[in-house]
Amino acid sequence: MISTELLVNISAAAALFGMMAYGMFGGADFGGGVWDLFATGPRKREQRLAIQKAMGPVWEANHVWLIFVVVVLFTCFPRAYSKLAIALFVPFHLALVGIILRGASFVFRSYQAQEPSDAADTSIWGVVFGVASIISPVLLGAAFGVVTEGLIQVKDGQVEAHPAFWLTPYALANGLLALVTCAYLAAVYLTNETQGELREDFRYRAILAGTGTAALAGIVLALAWFEARWFVDRMLSPRALPVVIAGLFCFAASAWAVFTRRYVLSRVFAAGEICMLILGWGLAQHPFLVYPDLTFETTAAPHATLLFLVLSLPVGGLLLVPSLFYLFRVFKS
Amino acid sequence: MDSLTAARWQMTISLAFHMVYAAVGIGLPLLLVMVEGMYLRTGQEQYKKLAKKWSKVMGLLFAVGAVSGTALSLELGLLWPAYMEIMGAVVGHIFGLEGYAFFLEAIFIGIYLYAWDKISPLAHWLSGVVIATTGMLSGIFVLGVNAWMQQPVGFEMADKVVTVTDPIAIFKQPLWFYMAWHSTLACYLSVAFAVAGWYSYLALKGRNDAYVRSGLIAAMLLGGVCAFLQPMSGDLLAKFVFKTQPTKFAAMEGQFKTEKHAPLRIGGWPDEKTRETKYAIEIPGGLSFIATGDSTAEVPGLDRVPERDWPNIELTHLAFQIMVGSGTALMFVSVWFWIAWFRYRENVLSSRWLMRALIVCTPLGFIGLESGWMVTELGRQPWVIQGLMRTKDAVTPVAGVQGMFVAFTLLYGLLTVMVIALLWKLAQSSKDGEVAK
Repeated sequence: MISTELLVNISAAAALFGMMAYGMFGGADFGGGVWDLFATGPRKREQRLAIQKAMGPVWEANHVWLIFVVVVLFTCFPRAYSKLAIALFVPFHLALVGIILRGASFVFRSYQAQEPSDAADTSIWGVVFGVASIISPVLLGAAFGVVTEGLIQVKDGQVEAHPAFWLTPYALANGLLALVTCAYLAAVYLTNETQGELREDFRYRAILAGTGTAALAGIVLALAWFEARWFVDRMLSPRALPVVIAGLFCFAASAWAVFTRRYVLSRVFAAGEICMLILGWGLAQHPFLVYPDLTFETTAAPHATLLFLVLSLPVGGLLLVPSLFYLFRVFKS
Repeated sequence: MDSLTAARWQMTISLAFHMVYAAVGIGLPLLLVMVEGMYLRTGQEQYKKLAKKWSKVMGLLFAVGAVSGTALSLELGLLWPAYMEIMGAVVGHIFGLEGYAFFLEAIFIGIYLYAWDKISPLAHWLSGVVIATTGMLSGIFVLGVNAWMQQPVGFEMADKVVTVTDPIAIFKQPLWFYMAWHSTLACYLSVAFAVAGWYSYLALKGRNDAYVRSGLIAAMLLGGVCAFLQPMSGDLLAKFVFKTQPTKFAAMEGQFKTEKHAPLRIGGWPDEKTRETKYAIEIPGGLSFIATGDSTAEVPGLDRVPERDWPNIELTHLAFQIMVGSGTALMFVSVWFWIAWFRYRENVLSSRWLMRALIVCTPLGFIGLESGWMVTELGRQPWVIQGLMRTKDAVTPVAGVQGMFVAFTLLYGLLTVMVIALLWKLAQSSKDGEVAK
């Protein structure tokens, strides 16, 4: 018999794993949209075409990770999920508008083009695609910030939250950090899928976004010192600190690899950076799902539901991992 | 407009919109597997051209369905947090299974759309098979959750909190089985007749080449088989609803009075004030017979429950009539088509009246699908979880639902216009089909 506590922790780990995957894959998709919007220079069209080629076959699968996280949360932690849904009603709705517009405009643009290469021209749907790619990660990042800031309080089962609390400087800084991280990730990945001058374009963009990421990380940290002190303390606790350091090391290593044109390495380290930082966040956050009132333990579904979901993970994994491997092997090798 | 009305409308718009794309994601891959399979067997070019064309349509519609489905997975909780709290704990794992199926579908759709020349023809066809299978399974899993909302099983509650669950109980819920059949067939019917309608239109414009013929035949094969299975699955489902949700059954049929030898009403308008269904063609004892197999059996009417537990009877009855009517029409047209085919073979495409009838049928599958969904959902009101939680108690306490409803309605309206325009453009560029004689 597996203890409920263990099931709770495995479920929480599954949600965290989903977030890592969403960050690593979905994050790069958002970043792709950013570079599509800001495509400039003599190779503007080539940049857009490279982004479309890289995203086309995989973006739909990449975004299922978000659904995975949501489903694990509402199945395993239904009482926390319903509170989050109330507290984050507006930013999540707006993020959804972004996600819908993004996916739709991506296909609309390519179906509207007379020739496949015309889809790289500046068009209304292209702009919509780019703008939506900015809105969604900012809002999702801000939601992250709100949770770590401890602004969502639950008293007697009622959510107490200011409707505009996701507009605090700390939350918005988190949103911007998410955005530049996505942009960095995308630029690094794209250096792996391009050649020659085009690759230099993306290398240049990676350096730009990497600098932005470092700067914003500093700002977020400074704001956190005042706004989310408990979270800073927990990030520095022995449990989370090694992982956070590993994340920072990965970031530095990927930046070094971009500088020295070691593209494969930069991709590995950039992905590692995202994973480690999200993992560090999760370790710091645990046992709170929403600080300070909701823990994983107290909001968990009954034992049997958790057990079913946890047992389904290896079965689902057995189907999904080889399929994902096949997808990426066909298009990314 | 109060929050509840706005939330219900937002849900209605989102689901009605998504359902079209979900049905295409279930039905079109099966048609693709059929024509691409024929190409692999026979090597005839028109099959490949059909597969390429339809896969373009699928690429467009699947993308829109994927994002509107992502939105729905979050909207459920955003609009109905109290409902989500119970549903998630008891049957959230069914959405988990749906998640795996949809994930596989999304992976293989990427492969299917973009890897025509990168993998072997057999591997490509097999990814189509995976899409068709996982698409069907996704739909079936979602229905599992809906079946649970109609007849919640597998849990105990104390003080509004779910305390014990049995995740297996839902798998033993017969309603799920009946709904799964009925709804999956409805998706196939929608897609098959929409496709058949298009090729009939081309035939009416004078085209009778292998490309148009093959497209029409493939659609009518799927449509014909499903049109026949559908009344049977509907009958089984109705009998089960009669036993387990008599109020919904009474609303569907406009049955106000509890009576023996109850008549089957075709058409008609149920008047909630006078408590009678007017202007209907009545077949004496028909309803008793359909519900139980015995024309003298008693059918419980709406008088059995207080009015506060009534669904919207006018709409439920109307939607039910539309669903049955469109299903019946599809069945008759299928018979007509296949009799004509066996008599006239290729010349069937020159039969103008038949082609016109098929064009009229183009939207009927989707109309049946949407109205059938309305019967299921409206008939369950005022409950969101039958007998356990009223819809009004589930709605979010957050202010500003109205704004989101307006935004989502405008957004989905815009996407609809755009999708129609792009499908039209795709249809116009059918030069590839012209040459295949």
